[in-house]
Amino acid sequence: MNDVVESLDELVARIKPEERHLLFCGGVPCLSMGCRKVREAVLRELKEHNLTGKVKVLEAGCIGNCKLGPTLIVYPEGVIYRKINEENAREIVREHILGGKLLEHLLYRDDSTSEVRHRREDMPFYRGQKRLVLRNCGVIPPDIDAYMSNQGYAALAKVLTELTPEDVIEQVSRSGLRGRGGGGFPTGRKWQAARAAEGTEKYVICNGDEGDPGAFMDRSIMEGDPHSVLEGLTLAGYAVGAGQGYIYVRAEYPLAVRRLETAIGEARKACLLGDDILKQGFSFDVEIRVGAGAFVCGEETALISSVEGTRGDPHPRPPYPAEKGVWGSPTVINNVETLANIPPIILNGADWFGAVGTEKSKGTKVFALAGKVKHSGLVEVPMGTTLREVIFDIAGGVADNRRFKAAQTGGPSGGCLSEEHLDLPLDYESLREAGSIIGSGGLIVMDEDTCMVDVARFFSNFNYQESCGKCTTCRIGTRRMLEILEKITSGEGGEADLDRLESLAGLIKSASLCGLGRTAPTPVLSTLRHFRAEYLAHIRDKRCPAGVCPGLARHAILEERCRVCGICRNVCPVGAVIKEDKSYRIDPDKCVDCARCAQECPFGAIRGRKRKEQAKA
Amino acid sequence: MINLTIDNQQVRVEEGASVLEASRKLGIDIPTLCYLKGLNEPASCRVCVVRVQGRPTFDAACVLPAEEGMVVHTNTPEVLAARKQILELFLSDHPFECLTCERSLNCELQRLAKRYGIRDPYPGGERNRFRIDDLSPSVVREPDKCVRCRRCVAVCEEFITADIYRMNDRSFQAVVGPAFNGSLTETPCIYCGQCITVCPTAALREKDSSALVWEALADPKRHVVVQTAPAIRSSISEEFGFPVGTPVEGQMVAALRRLGFDRVFDDCFGADVCVMEEATEFMERLKKGGPFPQFTSCCPSWVLFCEKFYPQMVDNLSDVKSPQQIFGALAKTYYARQAGLDPAQIFVVSVMPCVSKKYELLRPEMKASGVQDVDAELSTREFVQMLHQAGLDLKKLPKEKFDSPMGSASGAGILFGATGGVLEAALRTVYEWLSGKPLKRLEFEEVRSREFKEALINAGDHELRVAVARGTGAARRLLDQVLEGKKDYHFVEVMACPGGCVGGGGQPIYTETSDWNEQVSHRVKRAAGLFELDRSKECRKSHENAAVLKLYEDYLGRPGGQLARKLLHSHHIRRKLYAGESLASKA
Repeated sequence: MNDVVESLDELVARIKPEERHLLFCGGVPCLSMGCRKVREAVLRELKEHNLTGKVKVLEAGCIGNCKLGPTLIVYPEGVIYRKINEENAREIVREHILGGKLLEHLLYRDDSTSEVRHRREDMPFYRGQKRLVLRNCGVIPPDIDAYMSNQGYAALAKVLTELTPEDVIEQVSRSGLRGRGGGGFPTGRKWQAARAAEGTEKYVICNGDEGDPGAFMDRSIMEGDPHSVLEGLTLAGYAVGAGQGYIYVRAEYPLAVRRLETAIGEARKACLLGDDILKQGFSFDVEIRVGAGAFVCGEETALISSVEGTRGDPHPRPPYPAEKGVWGSPTVINNVETLANIPPIILNGADWFGAVGTEKSKGTKVFALAGKVKHSGLVEVPMGTTLREVIFDIAGGVADNRRFKAAQTGGPSGGCLSEEHLDLPLDYESLREAGSIIGSGGLIVMDEDTCMVDVARFFSNFNYQESCGKCTTCRIGTRRMLEILEKITSGEGGEADLDRLESLAGLIKSASLCGLGRTAPTPVLSTLRHFRAEYLAHIRDKRCPAGVCPGLARHAILEERCRVCGICRNVCPVGAVIKEDKSYRIDPDKCVDCARCAQECPFGAIRGRKRKEQAKA
Repeated sequence: MINLTIDNQQVRVEEGASVLEASRKLGIDIPTLCYLKGLNEPASCRVCVVRVQGRPTFDAACVLPAEEGMVVHTNTPEVLAARKQILELFLSDHPFECLTCERSLNCELQRLAKRYGIRDPYPGGERNRFRIDDLSPSVVREPDKCVRCRRCVAVCEEFITADIYRMNDRSFQAVVGPAFNGSLTETPCIYCGQCITVCPTAALREKDSSALVWEALADPKRHVVVQTAPAIRSSISEEFGFPVGTPVEGQMVAALRRLGFDRVFDDCFGADVCVMEEATEFMERLKKGGPFPQFTSCCPSWVLFCEKFYPQMVDNLSDVKSPQQIFGALAKTYYARQAGLDPAQIFVVSVMPCVSKKYELLRPEMKASGVQDVDAELSTREFVQMLHQAGLDLKKLPKEKFDSPMGSASGAGILFGATGGVLEAALRTVYEWLSGKPLKRLEFEEVRSREFKEALINAGDHELRVAVARGTGAARRLLDQVLEGKKDYHFVEVMACPGGCVGGGGQPIYTETSDWNEQVSHRVKRAAGLFELDRSKECRKSHENAAVLKLYEDYLGRPGGQLARKLLHSHHIRRKLYAGESLASKA
């Protein structure tokens, strides 16, 4: 390690200011943390030192590790500074750019060892990743020049000059690429079906209606590398014989819309989009359709309705969109991440792609890590990487040194996995067998303070609210499911409710019209399967083991946190707090759950404090 | 042809047939609720779920195409349990008001609940509570009873093309209604009531006027007269166990008399007068050279449709009132004078296959007699209900005759109840007036149409291009072509409802089929009785109806004359689509 640091120091000292350029993370989290102001400060400072224009300052897409923002990378040495403010920015210009010295206090330090990690690739968060889809995100600015100098549009040029549409479909089929939006349907087969379908007009649509709360891989790609999406969509258009493509983006992603619009303009100007692309006789254009933010519009038939300008209602399949889609014509709908995979597959070949991942799930998958982990953000790993590797090796483990309890994968319609699944490979089949889904790649880590019944209630509430209301099982069923969960979490549930919940969930799963309804019960079914004891504790013992459910939260003192100050005993109106040898204890028979003790405890040592938070809210 | 196995039986069906159709071919009746083949196939109610071997989830049989080698199970415990559960979910968001519900015993949801033996309704659970919209003069909307089948959306969008219904909101609260779940009065609704006839429950129904009529009948100071629309006499019969389309004119008259009406008149008399006026207007237009085409104006929904959607064409509408309003105006003037009654003392009731007539009689210009010309309208359904309440069974009643002077009608007047009939009735008169020769062949088969038909008729020196549009949707297509200059007609008949008045929004609701075309054919069968009555009449032309001629001789003068214009003609208004006006509050 010392070697590296010494040589890096030397390197930093040797580079002249004019040889440097600076790269800011321009992802939405960094923007909201004030990275634009920091950038302005840098520009001002550079101007003072007459370096304007000499040191390039660029804004890239999201670099992925949101807990470090705002971040600034100094190239060519690639040193990354994290959590910087305007003052730090000026320091960096003076000390690093001009002075050739590293600013130790702004560098990232390892969680456990406190060792300095200078570059992204030195950090555990990035070391374990394999970035195929996110290859350009946070590395280059989202413009066409940068994209083209990184092999951008080389795949399109290759295809238009060397390959037939059938060749392209064959490549994609052989690569084993499957849809990244949730279904996992083989992309090549989808294209083949649309190519074979009868119809003079055909369409390809990029599904950028990323609706899972907490998932933002599609947004990051559209914002950080819009041209890869455009290129992928154009290749899809060529393969299926479409002349028109649509990118469906939700209105909540204004930056993505802006960057895509810019990218479309740039591509048209460069003859990479529009009539007679690269003078090779293939014409293809792309239009952006902005959705109004309904979760169901991520479902392909609802998306089609929305693209056509009507209410985003799903339709029965068959006919599948590949036969009858937009305006009744054969239509291919691919997710953003799927399309971003296409150019490298074409350039590097199906075998190259097939070498990554597992036998049935090829390539990588981007996960949006959230919840109780040390490092949240976007993580791209080969398919088949285990949950343990992602959570503990890459994300640094559970936050606050709490115990791992569950991981929720696949967004609100995904399921919860327990500790026993930590060594489960993350691929389509394994997750399905375990009762969950990869979905679009949401990955929420939960610690021991999480109540799994409450989690089921939370996601059921989301699905209930996002149901379009068309089919009976989803419209009324999700409402009834939520009602039962609310009953259980408030301590009113009986065992009959559990049976009813289970059979209702089964019905909604098997009888609903579209994917939303069919997956809406997954949170319930998976928690019933892996955490049934917690449901029973709520129902039989009238107890919420995690101390979350407001109606059931029995107050208890956490021994390891208690400092034996005695405040709780003083404030308890019913004398339920009893002094023991090393701490206090609450007598559950006397306790009336008034939460006074939890409110007053200065050390957060009393479980049941959620009640206080909820009461305030 | 496709071979598949359903419940262990082999069946062969045409390519494109659904699993539902294949099952029904085997005599297996898979239940449906939202499905109305050919009109509405959203696959949203899910009660038709079946299990197809090898597929991970249930499928909706109504839209699932049959495939070669498919193995389908329609009655396994799993499938039946799912259907039951789905019905329980429906009931959990439905008011338990069957005993007091208008559609009780003719409700498709109730029938399914009975068929699947739902005994334990879902315990508890929130129920939607929406405001009842009874602001329109014709249609009452009670969204609490809505099952979200969207048939009303489909019929209004596809057939009527007023397109006022949509899904509102989402999730559990999602409900069908006008924009923002507002009132019909805020929409371009034309009050045709077709939404009522396709609604499987009582979420849509007519505004009940029977209480008003009972009250008038019981009032000794009121002289209550009734007029019966042509289509009624062949459509009430099915509600009393006669085969569809059986004409029961005589029994109907007897029943009305027993209900206590002081005079039982025939609206077909009004229809004959209408022909006289409309034919006269047509002759004048021929003389003046237009404007053509002349549109019929006897259907108030069509008139409203034209006023709202094609305001630039209102001058093409005939300015003759509808038979209902002609009758009302004459009852309170001509008949009042003859009977020595004060118009204000007369209470005119009309029995119509229609809910739009409820709106029409409230139009402010319909006061030719100085007071409101028609006081109340009963739809066929309300009329049948009154007969049931009074214990009157048409099968047990003698045949009686209409009262004079407004009770005798020509065959032409009776034809008003069927699509193409108004045009045919008018042509019988116009032909003779133009050619000076009596019409030998009385039936213009060319114009008795089911959807949209045109004919060329040589009358004297004139070559008349005429057309019939069945339904306002067909009218829209026709009008657009006229406006584009692609079509050119002299005379066009438009009826808003499928099959004309026999398929009206106030008619008995036929729920025995899940096929829109079969439903329409059922309605069209009611017209057979009218054609039969027409053929049986000695007088089959309006201008030969002695009572009508006497009316002109004794009272009106000549057709199109001053008094006729005052009483029998009206004007049309160029309306905005979303005027926001409430007709009910104006009245």
